[in-house]
Amino acid sequence: MPTWAWYKKNKTNKFIVMSDFDWLFFSEVLVGGLLAGVMYSLVAIGFVLVYKTSGVFNFAQGSMVLFAALTFVSLVERGVSFPLALMATFALMTLLGLTIERTVLRPLVNQPPITLFMATLGLSYIIEGGAQLLWGAQVHGLELGIDDTPLEISGMLISKFDLIAAGISAAMVALLTAFFRYTRIGLSFRAAADDTLAALTIGLKLPRIWGAVWAAAGLVSIVAGLLWGARLGVQFSLSLVVLKALPVLVLGGFDSILGVIIGGLLIGALEKVSEVYIGPFFGGGIETWFAYVIALAFLLIRPAGLFGQKLIERA
Amino acid sequence: MSQEIIQSPAFRVAASTLSGRIFGKYRKTAVATESPRKDAPSLTALSLEGITLSFGGVKAISNVSIHIIKGEIVSIIGPNGAGKSSLINLISGIYQPDQGRIHLVGKSFRRVPTQRLARLGVSRTFQNLALFKGLSVFDNITIARVKAQRATFLEHLIGVGRARRERLDANERAERILDFLHLRPSRDRLISTLPYGIQKRVELARALVAEPDILLLDEPMAGMTPADKLEMTYFIRAARDEFGITVILIEHDIAVVMGLSDHVVVLDHGIKIADGTPDEIKGNQAVIDAYMGVVQEE
Amino acid sequence: MTTPSRPSLPLLKNPWIAPLLALVIAYGVVPFLSGSYVFDAILTPFLVLSLAGVGLNLLTGYTGQLSLGSAAFMAVGAFAAFNFNLRIPGLPLVASILLAGASAALIGIVFGLPSLRLKGFYLAVSTLAIQFFVQWALTKFGWFSNNSPSGVIDAPPLHVLGISFDSAVGRYLFTLTIVTILTALSWRLVTTRTGHHFIAVRDHELAAKVLGVPILRTKLLAFGLSSFIIGVAGALWAFAYLRTVESAGFNLDRSFQIVFIIIIGGLATIRGSFLGAALIVVFPLILSRLGSFLLGNIFNSGVLEMSQRIVLGTLIILFLIAEPNGLAALLERLKRRIPLLS
Repeated sequence: MPTWAWYKKNKTNKFIVMSDFDWLFFSEVLVGGLLAGVMYSLVAIGFVLVYKTSGVFNFAQGSMVLFAALTFVSLVERGVSFPLALMATFALMTLLGLTIERTVLRPLVNQPPITLFMATLGLSYIIEGGAQLLWGAQVHGLELGIDDTPLEISGMLISKFDLIAAGISAAMVALLTAFFRYTRIGLSFRAAADDTLAALTIGLKLPRIWGAVWAAAGLVSIVAGLLWGARLGVQFSLSLVVLKALPVLVLGGFDSILGVIIGGLLIGALEKVSEVYIGPFFGGGIETWFAYVIALAFLLIRPAGLFGQKLIERA
Repeated sequence: MSQEIIQSPAFRVAASTLSGRIFGKYRKTAVATESPRKDAPSLTALSLEGITLSFGGVKAISNVSIHIIKGEIVSIIGPNGAGKSSLINLISGIYQPDQGRIHLVGKSFRRVPTQRLARLGVSRTFQNLALFKGLSVFDNITIARVKAQRATFLEHLIGVGRARRERLDANERAERILDFLHLRPSRDRLISTLPYGIQKRVELARALVAEPDILLLDEPMAGMTPADKLEMTYFIRAARDEFGITVILIEHDIAVVMGLSDHVVVLDHGIKIADGTPDEIKGNQAVIDAYMGVVQEE
Repeated sequence: MTTPSRPSLPLLKNPWIAPLLALVIAYGVVPFLSGSYVFDAILTPFLVLSLAGVGLNLLTGYTGQLSLGSAAFMAVGAFAAFNFNLRIPGLPLVASILLAGASAALIGIVFGLPSLRLKGFYLAVSTLAIQFFVQWALTKFGWFSNNSPSGVIDAPPLHVLGISFDSAVGRYLFTLTIVTILTALSWRLVTTRTGHHFIAVRDHELAAKVLGVPILRTKLLAFGLSSFIIGVAGALWAFAYLRTVESAGFNLDRSFQIVFIIIIGGLATIRGSFLGAALIVVFPLILSRLGSFLLGNIFNSGVLEMSQRIVLGTLIILFLIAEPNGLAALLERLKRRIPLLS
């Protein structure tokens, strides 16, 4: 193998080709992808919250994001002030969460996970249909007061909006992580998820805990809904975009917040980079499936995700 | 997934053909190695040699060696968490030991290939019942004949020739086992409609119909009434007497153990603390200490 | 569920009687009854969706492998049938359809390989990869749609052995025949040892493995057979029902629709797929009639679509809570109430 000294002495063509590669552009794309990834993580956190505490994979999370965004934007369009609309939406989402827990999840509490998953699938249909029935099916623009001006950071052009959105998402993720790990309620959430029966025997009020979890999931939905809505416009396909959180969950494990953060960054970055660099060979549009294929490829190597707990089958 | 491929008959045939071609008359099978204990193959049913198993830092089993003779009924006993179920799981290939080997049917394994367990002549039951709830009792039992069946799905779809013969054969054997274990009234019932004791018996039936050489029973009498236990004891002994099966069972009821076993192994915290006949175990101070006075004449 | 062999029964209790009766009516009575609307809008799609349900049930209901990518396999079937028919001159129509099924089966087997390591939700998410990838590939690569500008494919005339099936009744009979044959084969399959293996893998994979049931082979068989049937259903969807399709019609919603069919109809039952499909096909029509009757002009197509989603979602949840074994189990319970039939 030729040594580094040999390269320096001979300055082969390889160097010229390398310097032709637009590193700046790549960095822009990468950063853009990472920022999008943080937002994916935010949505994924909503899934993890519910899963970690009740063992239910809430497929309806996407439609909850849509519902939150739609409610907020419709209230604002009808003249309600920003903070008031925010509070009203939060109240509505919490109510929604509690209703879900009471009417759908409680009757199904002893069913196998697949049944609960199907139920949340049905739930997503109800919420999507309900949201649009209530507020209409048009596309709404969402103004959050953040300009989408490009900032220049060390020569790279980065969207100001992306940066702030990522910042907000990261803050929420940090908040929720801290909540789960360091507060009493957070611990009881995890206890309830680990062993429902044991949690009951030590006196944890499960319905209250689950209600609180759904309220938290609702909060996450609002933040995610607002951010994604501002980015893409509030419309039906929002719930589809949000479905991208699933590969993030696959990568990071369904029960690990840290995993979801890293998974989100990975997915966001890989997706963006592949769309820009590989996409043109196929005429574009890779973004619709690339994340899923990454997840699939990854699963084949590590069936429990990056950080998910490997289930040891106890016979 | 690669394990699946390596253990598939196609791969093995290919490998042995290839190696046969290369080595001429020195043919070897691709997977298992010959056991060093070839001197007494007719007596040993199963032996564990220096088995150590840990789960993320917790040592479930430490350097355990057990030697089991053909046709004997061996009970593995010990306080909870002693590693008994882990041993059964090791023998059935669900876990792989960190150290040690398992010698079975003249072969030596690091990890017993679970997919081939039935063909190696080993059957087992599960502590928490592992019946197929979507099938009737009869179908649960007939399915255990899969190890001896060769017909493809197309042949079964058409239903003639080899497929038909295999189906009728499996049916006939299942009927016999049903009678042997007094399960005739439950023949066509769905598992979920049956009482616990009957379900346990169905699982035993399923394990027996495969005509194993070695039978692993993981707490076969857990949660049973004394009457059920007595029946189960009778069936286990009858299975050994009638079919010559070597039985390895995990059991908590010491009276049952003493009455049924030829050979008792005592584990405590993953270490073998005693190994011998029931009489030897009864008087063993270490065992008594481990149980803190529970071992008594009933 | 297995049908244990019993001695000859009074006619009504014989398990063959209902399907035979249904076939007699379907072939002998129905074609002479209704106008073309009933065939084109209700019966033919009902049959095709039932077939797709049967296919998915083999995989998800009997073998317990959740798949959210059924529509992708239907798309593969539709586009493959189109291409086989187009590019191999002289190939009989039925052969094109069977080859299309085989293509779908091949892809199903390849994508079924992960199922050895993935379970439950992880498997479901990986089936989403198929769903999105196939949809994209069929739109992106013009070859699949013979470079038609909008990615649309047109069905060829339905000629089998010189007979034209190009009328509404003809398309119905064509579909009915294929669906009947494949359903019968599936029914037979689930009562054989293969069906038992499927159920064993679903109920307790570890125990099945210990017994010697070949896990990988069983799962791949389930994926292959299921995808074959769903592929054929897709070909029928294109050739006999819609007559022109594009890959957008095989989207995630369609996949969910098939999943809903088997849940509502009853997992791990053959008749469940038919019951579920019947409900899925009929209820939007009822809903739209009811809606415009009750609410008049407010009830436009947008409202209808959203209401459909709500009703569908509610039905799913109601069934899961009240009757998790679906319409098939409901029917069984009703039959037992009628002493004549039980």
